[in-house]
Amino acid sequence: MVGSDDLNLNRRDLMVGAGACAAMPAMPGTAKAQPGPDGNPVEFQVSLTVNGKSHTRNVDTRTTLLDLLRENLHLTGTKKGCDHGQCGACTVIVDGRRINSCLTLAVMQEGSSVTTIEGLGQPDNLHPMQAAFIKHDGYQCGYCTPGQICSSVAMLEEIKAGIPSHVTADLLAPVQPTETEMRERMSGNICRCGAYSNIVEAITEVVERQG
Amino acid sequence: MKAFTYERVSSPAQAVAAVARNPGAKFIAGGTNLLDLMKLQIETPTHLVDINSLKLDGIEATPEGGLRIGALMRNTDLAADERIRRDYGVLSRALLAGASGQLRNRATTAGNLLQRTRCPYFYDTAHPCNKREPGSGCSALDGVSRQLGVVGVSEACIATNPSDMAVAMRALDATIETVDADGKTRAIPIAEFHRLPGDTPHVETVLDPGELITAVTLPPPVGGKQVYRKVRDRASYAFALVSVAAIVQPDGTGRVALGGVAHKPWRIEGADAELSRGAKAAAAALLADAKPTRDNAFKLPLVERTIATVLTEARA
Ligand SMILES: Cc1cc2nc3c(=O)[nH]c(=O)nc-3n(C[C@H](O)[C@H](O)[C@H](O)COP(=O)(O)OP(=O)(O)OC[C@H]3O[C@@H](n4cnc5c(N)ncnc54)[C@H](O)[C@@H]3O)c2cc1C
Ligand code: SF4
Ligand code: FES
Ligand code: FES
Repeated sequence: MVGSDDLNLNRRDLMVGAGACAAMPAMPGTAKAQPGPDGNPVEFQVSLTVNGKSHTRNVDTRTTLLDLLRENLHLTGTKKGCDHGQCGACTVIVDGRRINSCLTLAVMQEGSSVTTIEGLGQPDNLHPMQAAFIKHDGYQCGYCTPGQICSSVAMLEEIKAGIPSHVTADLLAPVQPTETEMRERMSGNICRCGAYSNIVEAITEVVERQG
Repeated sequence: MKAFTYERVSSPAQAVAAVARNPGAKFIAGGTNLLDLMKLQIETPTHLVDINSLKLDGIEATPEGGLRIGALMRNTDLAADERIRRDYGVLSRALLAGASGQLRNRATTAGNLLQRTRCPYFYDTAHPCNKREPGSGCSALDGVSRQLGVVGVSEACIATNPSDMAVAMRALDATIETVDADGKTRAIPIAEFHRLPGDTPHVETVLDPGELITAVTLPPPVGGKQVYRKVRDRASYAFALVSVAAIVQPDGTGRVALGGVAHKPWRIEGADAELSRGAKAAAAALLADAKPTRDNAFKLPLVERTIATVLTEARA
């Protein structure tokens, strides 16, 4: 039997462990219908383009873009890790930019153009980044991989656009796609399996091929 | 998440009117802080007013020679703006030290200023917290307080403001521009914008309910060597234990502001005056009234060492 003191101690240790991000997310789950302000869930219509295809849906206003993709459009390549912006598994590209799809509402994406891992490439027609991840074993379990790939594709575009990073030595000089730059810029994608060095190799190969 | 109604607005006047009409309404910008807290039912708005189409996402020169940054400008775009990189480097650096690439692509200027604390008990609804539930007590005082505040703290709350951007804006003497439902506008110096916890830690800024931030203005460039140094538990994607924003002039005078130590970006006029005498003198002035806990007393020497590193970098 565990005494209540032990439980308290565990709770405290857990908090210490929560460390860097401080937030202690509840178990990830999909939005459950709960009474709205007037006692009912609220529906709202949203139209957006996903992987080139337009969709119009009535959704519960609480639906995140992530849940819309997975539960509604059945595009389950995009993964839910933390549901709180802390892991990057849900990364998709919206209007050319990578974002955490768990921290935006579906209804906020009216008119947006979303690219998910399914839209980047398919098994018979892989995106160069997908091919490089396979070649370099840029994963073990694969759970973080769709997010890693979407993130790295958009990350290279950010470097090309001259957006600086925390490790850019000179804010006024052009940004170079060095390994240090790539590692810093990919810090929003956590890999529980620790495939980081192979991920860096995969991205580096794509950079070198792009010349 | 509690259910809520939702609407999009396309002008600041519509935005403030929509919030005024709906008690329990909140603005939503990037959503990266608000949705996080709504999922945990720490924030429970009954109506969301989406302000992403307000066209306040640009940056323009002011007649005084400074810059006016739109409230909806994304953190990525602000950090990458050529004028910010050239003339307000400490702001670029602070933004780039925060969050992740994905989050900065969504996070806005106003949302960043208004992001709420990362005190672990604020997030844990199983524990009392005066900020989350006024009057319930503060779990951090006798709890795990390693990340929490050391100066300007109160018996009711020792939380810190987690924003990196705000620390740089404090060093730059930024001003926050707002409009309310009556059309009244205000310009609030950042020094007066965030409040100390006192006995009302749930009231974090001087904004009135429903008041909309429209822009943040920066005074004309002050030059100098501009440095932002963030000390954290891992090298990226983590909140600050301590951070230092400094602007150091060739003659050694300058300005210094701290993050990770207080309920607001921490700057003391007296400490600026000590800066030319070195890190020890400046840190002593900044932390004169410090009341650390056993867990976070390490922040006091850490502040001094971080200022020392910053001064070395600025003089290099
Ligand atoms: C995992 C993680 C790590 C992070 N790490 C860091 C970090 O290291 N450093 C750091 O500084 N930040 C960090 N952040 C926080 C991030 O910077 C904030 O979430 C973001 O800046 C909030 O901006 P937003 O536009 O998304 O705000 P929202 O979530 O849209 O809004 C936040 C609040 O501001 C109000 N609001 C928004 N716009 C206006 C306006 N114009 N007028 C009046 N009220 C308004 C909203 O009603 C809400 O109450 C992190 C976040 C996460 C999830
Ligand atoms: S320090 Fe402030 S935010 Fe943290 S538990 Fe105490 S009252 Fe709540
Ligand atoms: S699921 Fe979105 S960041 Fe973890
Ligand atoms: S491959 Fe398993 S989490 Fe990254």
